[in-house]
Amino acid sequence: MSKSRNLAWAGALAVAAMVLGGVADAQAQSAPAATVGHDTAKHDTAKRFHIGRLATAQEIAGWDIDIRPDGEGAPPGHGSVKDGEEVYMAKCAACHGEFGESAGRWPQLAGGTGSLGSGDPVKTVGSYFGSASTVLDYVRRAMPFGDAQSLTNDELYAVVAYVFNLNDLVDDKFVLSKETLAKVKMPNAGGFYEDDRETAEKSFWTAAPCMRDCKAHVEITGRARIIDVTPDDKTVSKVE
Amino acid sequence: MGNTSVPQQPSRRRFLATASGLVAVGAVPAAARGESAQNLPPNIADWTKTLGEGVVSRPYGTPSAFEKHVVRRDVEWLTASRESSVSFTPLHDLDGIITPNGLCFERHHSGVAEIDPRDYRLMLHGLVERPLVFTLDDLKRFPRVNRVHFLECAANSGMEWRGAQLNGCQYTHGMVHCVEYTGVPLRYLLDEAGVKPAAKWVLAEGGDAAAMTRSIPLSKILDDCLVAYRMNGEMLRPENGYPARLVVPGWEGNMWVKWLRRLKVGDEPWETREETSKYTDLMADGKARRHTFVMDAKSVITSPSPQAPLKGKGFAVISGLAWSGRGKVRRVDVSLDGGRNWREAKIDGLVLDKACVRFYAEVDWSGEPMLLQSRAIDDTGYAQPTKAALRKVRGFNSIYHNNGIQTYSVRPDGEVENVEVS
Repeated sequence: MSKSRNLAWAGALAVAAMVLGGVADAQAQSAPAATVGHDTAKHDTAKRFHIGRLATAQEIAGWDIDIRPDGEGAPPGHGSVKDGEEVYMAKCAACHGEFGESAGRWPQLAGGTGSLGSGDPVKTVGSYFGSASTVLDYVRRAMPFGDAQSLTNDELYAVVAYVFNLNDLVDDKFVLSKETLAKVKMPNAGGFYEDDRETAEKSFWTAAPCMRDCKAHVEITGRARIIDVTPDDKTVSKVE
Repeated sequence: MGNTSVPQQPSRRRFLATASGLVAVGAVPAAARGESAQNLPPNIADWTKTLGEGVVSRPYGTPSAFEKHVVRRDVEWLTASRESSVSFTPLHDLDGIITPNGLCFERHHSGVAEIDPRDYRLMLHGLVERPLVFTLDDLKRFPRVNRVHFLECAANSGMEWRGAQLNGCQYTHGMVHCVEYTGVPLRYLLDEAGVKPAAKWVLAEGGDAAAMTRSIPLSKILDDCLVAYRMNGEMLRPENGYPARLVVPGWEGNMWVKWLRRLKVGDEPWETREETSKYTDLMADGKARRHTFVMDAKSVITSPSPQAPLKGKGFAVISGLAWSGRGKVRRVDVSLDGGRNWREAKIDGLVLDKACVRFYAEVDWSGEPMLLQSRAIDDTGYAQPTKAALRKVRGFNSIYHNNGIQTYSVRPDGEVENVEVS
């Protein structure tokens, strides 16, 4: 290894140490101070390796497709429920069903209202999604399945307006756009709460669980073989 | 595949030997075991008499042709298409803690993106001083680290919430793998771009046809997340995100965005489909937990298990895997009687942060029925709960984060079944 490469390496380590702490600190201590060279470590710029290049506005515009609940990122354009029905029937109904009821095992888009607390919850746009923007963002990035990011902005707004209409969230005359997104009220918007396992499941932090005579008797209450839905092990996937 | 690479299929000599049943060793006839007496002592085995293949006949080595059964499998009825589906790691056929690359379970939302590394770009923008674009070579120039971590899908064991369904740990627990990643600490990239003070969240987006997207707290990104490009030394496999993916240690697999194309820094979560309609945990009252990122401590006995029955009475090693997204596995206990009594298992090999550990328990099996269980305890004091304890808090509908204790019923003939016990 050449001397200059050594220097560069030591410098990189020193920077890594500053940024990372912990393990990297130990590495920095083992690097002789003299080989670190510049005192750039004192400056903010020392955190930088000057790798990569600036992204252009045009590059960002092409990939920046996310849409937030507050509408940030929603593209220009608009689409009506009526126009959306046409797009939906042509590009969505084959999998999701004409009324969003699902064809086969593809996701159901409509219905399921009031089912979340039942033994058979049906999660749809109307029954479960918390934000209207989620539908717009998802369709924009991933649908139609197998032909992603092919819809025009107007088609996107139209087909999502139609899905909202299937869920009775908007009327037949509704036109969806960045400006009208906030008018779509999601029934389950208040249905979510932050992870509370550390309090709700505090009893799982037992540290010293029972080791002896933990229960009086044990019996089998359920068997996988009775259900019999396991694939045959001999069957190796045919799709290579 | 080259036709020179496959060892000979059962030869005519083998057929003759087994068909005529020349030798029978022990209780099981040789023919039934598939043995060929011609290769057994005192005879000289075929492979001892002839030259084998030369070097580089398999430029990229593959397992022995006799290990063809060790493969990922899927459950066809589970999903509508294989492009948006899962396959499972054959845990019952593996040992140690490292999963071979070709056996790591898959979860794709729109199939595998096949990316030419020359055309790979990672964009980093949003609340940063300098929006940046990196090539793959750029990423490889940064100082790199090596980290062994488990990756578990939040829906691993998700089919078992309502009771024992699938008969094999490959299917019930096979959405986990553990490999060594090589990559760039994500904070290097963020420092390169200069994060603005208002930043709190980072959106990670895949380059696949689902543009799979998750919001991740900036604190986690800065703490220990990587942009990884290697697994177990070699470049990532296409199924696992080639050429670069996110590594989010200890957190649910869906966040480890594959084929990573974009990172956007923001001040609030995006509420994408994968963090609202999916990967939220529906409770019995119809409300749902969200942002349940951490994978709690979990373990499973991989052998014996339904796909790997006990082969006979006498000494046997019970083998399994344990992991925790909260830190290191401190201890694993094993029960032979359905959780009435427990003994501490032996952890053998490396014990690493947010990585799998391998545990063993030795038994002298007299052939009596057993109800095998394992229980992981991590260094935060969290002890893997029973399924009953989990259901008491969460009900039956949460799909995700099922880390309940697994029970296997071992019959006198050595067959093993996935069961639930009182």
